[in-house]
Amino acid sequence: MSGSATAERQTAATTKTVHLIIERQDGPNSPSYTEEFEVPYQPGMNVIACLMEIQRNPVNKAGKRVAPVTWEMNCLEEICGACSMVINGKPRQACTALVDKLEQPIRLKPMRTFPVVRDLVVDRSRMFEALKKVKAWIPIDGTYDLGPGPRMNERDRQWAYELSRCFTCGCCVEACPNVNERTSFIGPFAISQARLFNAHPTGAMHRADRLEALMEEGGIHECGNAQNCVQVCPKGIPLTTSIAAMNRQVTYHAIGAWLKK
Amino acid sequence: MATTNAHTEFILRRLHTLAGVIPVGLFLLEHLFTNAMATSGPETFNSAVYTIQHIPFLHFIEFIFIFLPLVYHGVFGLYVAFTSGYNAGQYSWGRNVMFVLQRVSGVITFVFIIFHLWTTRFSGKAPTFQMVHDLLVNNPAYFWFMIIGVVAATFHFSNGLWSFCIHWGITVGQRAQRVSAYVFFVVFIVLAAVGVDALIAFTTQTA
Repeated sequence: MSGSATAERQTAATTKTVHLIIERQDGPNSPSYTEEFEVPYQPGMNVIACLMEIQRNPVNKAGKRVAPVTWEMNCLEEICGACSMVINGKPRQACTALVDKLEQPIRLKPMRTFPVVRDLVVDRSRMFEALKKVKAWIPIDGTYDLGPGPRMNERDRQWAYELSRCFTCGCCVEACPNVNERTSFIGPFAISQARLFNAHPTGAMHRADRLEALMEEGGIHECGNAQNCVQVCPKGIPLTTSIAAMNRQVTYHAIGAWLKK
Repeated sequence: MATTNAHTEFILRRLHTLAGVIPVGLFLLEHLFTNAMATSGPETFNSAVYTIQHIPFLHFIEFIFIFLPLVYHGVFGLYVAFTSGYNAGQYSWGRNVMFVLQRVSGVITFVFIIFHLWTTRFSGKAPTFQMVHDLLVNNPAYFWFMIIGVVAATFHFSNGLWSFCIHWGITVGQRAQRVSAYVFFVVFIVLAAVGVDALIAFTTQTA
């Protein structure tokens, strides 16, 4: 029984292939080009497995030996964000993009909102810069023991946990029409993270700083409510709710700050 | 005042959304309401125009509460439309399509208003039922241009109200945003119908 199943799998593997069309680029300033590949199919394989197959045998569809396609990966379970790329027109992680569930040919492109380093590798540093800008952390470092922090009520903790699942993968930034070369919009994720840390009892000590940052250049006002972010977020984070909630905080803060001065 | 400088863009954006609703949006409602008087006959419309023309400090009110906010909302809106990206081809979700339509209808309305003011307010002719009737009847293209303008303006206003509610943090949750989208769609249908109905009345009735 198991022998025949193995034989069947081997037959399938030799006859069935996966067709990939990849947008490549040799360096940060090189022109882009597309290259097609055909790799042997394996049951349950994901896009990463296809890319590994190309790396093992870097021969394109025309039979020419080429430089293997480069990409980034790390956790392989959709929690690090390293393998984010545009797969069949939508930004997502290559590790959870299963070949069986994708339409072929599978089209892979780098997330061009970010500077492309090579092939599918992009530089997502701007996201880190955005997180620094909105102080997306809870300051607890000091020269002495600050003692235990205040507790957070369970009701808030539940929705805050959803926001904490953001792993800076870049999908929302890629899909947002208002993140482009004509604006300096920091992106939906940073606004959501500002909301997360403002909700935390200790993080709330820097609430005003975060709201001020969201009012600066490239801040929350650059959002145009196209709401693509919430559609592409792999963790289903309610980004549009976060943006609206921060709009409310910023509105109160801005009017309040102006009236007090 | 370094902080003021850093927040300039934020303030300009928020004033843009506010101007679109408070003076400009309210004026649109008033304008549609006055036009709708035409459905009760030329005399009703002419008497409504007469009343408006005898508002004290009319030119001052017109300039401060209509002209300035309208120019600001329109010109800054063109800048917003220019800096926006458009990717509804790749991401054809409903809200993203509305995002594009909001900008397209805004630009159409901008062009429409310039032409509309040129042929009415700044034409040197007395604002009467007869004047509007003549414009609409003498050139059939003018009628259809008005229809497009009215539909674009009412769509831009209604969809803009949906966006305004998010920009000012009024509709926060997903359900609130969904329900408000339905409500403002009904607002659009009603306002567009009122505007088109008035245009038909102007065209078919005679003074």
